[in-house]
Amino acid sequence: MKWNKRKIIDRVMSTLTAACVVIAIIPLLSILYTVTINGISAVSLDFLTQIPRPVGEAGGGLGNAIEGTFIVVGIACLIGLPVGILSGVYLSEYGQNRFGRFVSFVADVLTGTPSIVAGMFGYTFIVLYFGSFSAIAGGVALSVLMIPIVTRTTEESLRLVPGSIKEASLALGIPKWKTTFYIVLSTARSGIITGALLSIARISGETAPLLFTSFGNMFWANGLDKPISTMPVQIYTYAITPFPDWHAKAWAGALVLIILILVLNIGVRFVTRRKYGV
Amino acid sequence: MDRLKLSFFRSSRSKLSGDFIFEAVVGLFALGILILAFLLFRELFIESGLSRKTFGLSFLFTSTWDPVNEIFGALPFIFGTLVSSFLALLIAVPFSLGIAIYLSELAPEKLRTPLSFIIELLAAIPSVIIGLWGIFILAPFIRDYLAPPLSTYLGFLPLFQGPMYGLSMLTGGVILAIMVIPITSSVSREVIMTVPTHQREAALALGATGWETTRIAVLPYSRSGIFGAVILGFGRAIGETMAVTMVIGNSPRISESLFSPSYTMASVIANEFVEATSKLYVSSLIEIGFLLLVISVIINVAARILVWKLLKVEGGKVA
Repeated sequence: MKWNKRKIIDRVMSTLTAACVVIAIIPLLSILYTVTINGISAVSLDFLTQIPRPVGEAGGGLGNAIEGTFIVVGIACLIGLPVGILSGVYLSEYGQNRFGRFVSFVADVLTGTPSIVAGMFGYTFIVLYFGSFSAIAGGVALSVLMIPIVTRTTEESLRLVPGSIKEASLALGIPKWKTTFYIVLSTARSGIITGALLSIARISGETAPLLFTSFGNMFWANGLDKPISTMPVQIYTYAITPFPDWHAKAWAGALVLIILILVLNIGVRFVTRRKYGV
Repeated sequence: MDRLKLSFFRSSRSKLSGDFIFEAVVGLFALGILILAFLLFRELFIESGLSRKTFGLSFLFTSTWDPVNEIFGALPFIFGTLVSSFLALLIAVPFSLGIAIYLSELAPEKLRTPLSFIIELLAAIPSVIIGLWGIFILAPFIRDYLAPPLSTYLGFLPLFQGPMYGLSMLTGGVILAIMVIPITSSVSREVIMTVPTHQREAALALGATGWETTRIAVLPYSRSGIFGAVILGFGRAIGETMAVTMVIGNSPRISESLFSPSYTMASVIANEFVEATSKLYVSSLIEIGFLLLVISVIINVAARILVWKLLKVEGGKVA
């Protein structure tokens, strides 16, 4: 009898915890489903290549927003990747001291920076300085979110490089910097690329940091020092209007964005899995 | 002979300086992270100076938000942020724990990796898309299917009184819960996985069932780490902007009812910053941003200390 009761509790708890997993997956499936169903009908070649039209006019698209997202994310990468990767190299190869541990800790804490605060930083630091919303300000705001992520993932993947490889190189008389640069970095390459791609996926969908840095623009980009349209901001703008036609555009934009981000996420998964057989 | 000597010296000298330069360069970039953190604080601190000087501490305790007469108090937003985040944790923590336990202890081995990947995928969905879904799917769902039974059976509580329009504190809390679950569950799972295997084996050897092993041998070990995971989730909820802004209703009133619209610190910045015309208005919004930054740093420091200790000490052993 007692044995039975324990067995039953075990079963019940297994089922309950499994139910938690199932329930948590429902929103994900619902999001993917509704975005696909509502978005697919509005996505067309025109949608991907044209600029928005005023309310009431049929047609138009998010071509400029797609272009803008690539530009702003590109700027963020130009700043964020070198800073993040080189800081990660320092932390893993030279950072076994108080300073290194402190930087590592600060980077970790910075990964929790609210994205809207990053946007505010871009505003006070760049927009106020240059006196105008700009693609650069957006890129800077996104890089604030990107740097800590890239730093930590680089540090962690470099730490996984076996000491024996480094020692073998050093024993051949190759200086430490060359060892780090040519041996350690290239051994950890796929880990670093994974971290970089995931951080790109993360910032590509960020809206809050761009609201008052890159702002928005109904036309094609005309300079890095000018306001620029981005997909997340454009989706947001369309979503909160009362116009059904714009709602359809918001869903279509969401579909394009989600495909971009899921391809990055799942693609990275498959690349790394094949390499390490995890 | 001479040549050989020379080249030997040359190479050894360049080796030294090469190492020095490389370390200095990467060290400077690492220093850049500290500078970035410093600048982040400095910028927001300086730019919020006007608001701090004008309102002082009363900024935190006043509930008037009147851009026309330039009287600003952040209480409704602080209230909205805290209540929506607590609500989110109330919903998310039990689920996250269940997920973490199932995926690390009770699930069949084969299902663990794919299922946890799917859960983490939820964290990859951009917040603006979750917000879009929130406006058109979740809010109507809560209005039509969740709110009526709540007001019927729990309507005697002030929490569930009044009309429900869909965009409300409750919707905000639910959407935050959805966004908190991936982080809280995955960190909890990592923490639980650091529990030494012999701990489990000991319990199993005494005849404990899978659940009993979890309860007796695993959970007590990871209590502080799970607490850290919950705090990390809290940090995520507090800083989350877009999805909440889109579903919480954006009304700066403090109401007892979860059915009425509310406003969070992040939302008010997202909504009003661009339109803020006067210097004091902008400065007040930046002060809210500064508060948000300070709170999130405190939360993250606390959480990292709790989680790090575990992952560092135990993590090394398990690997």
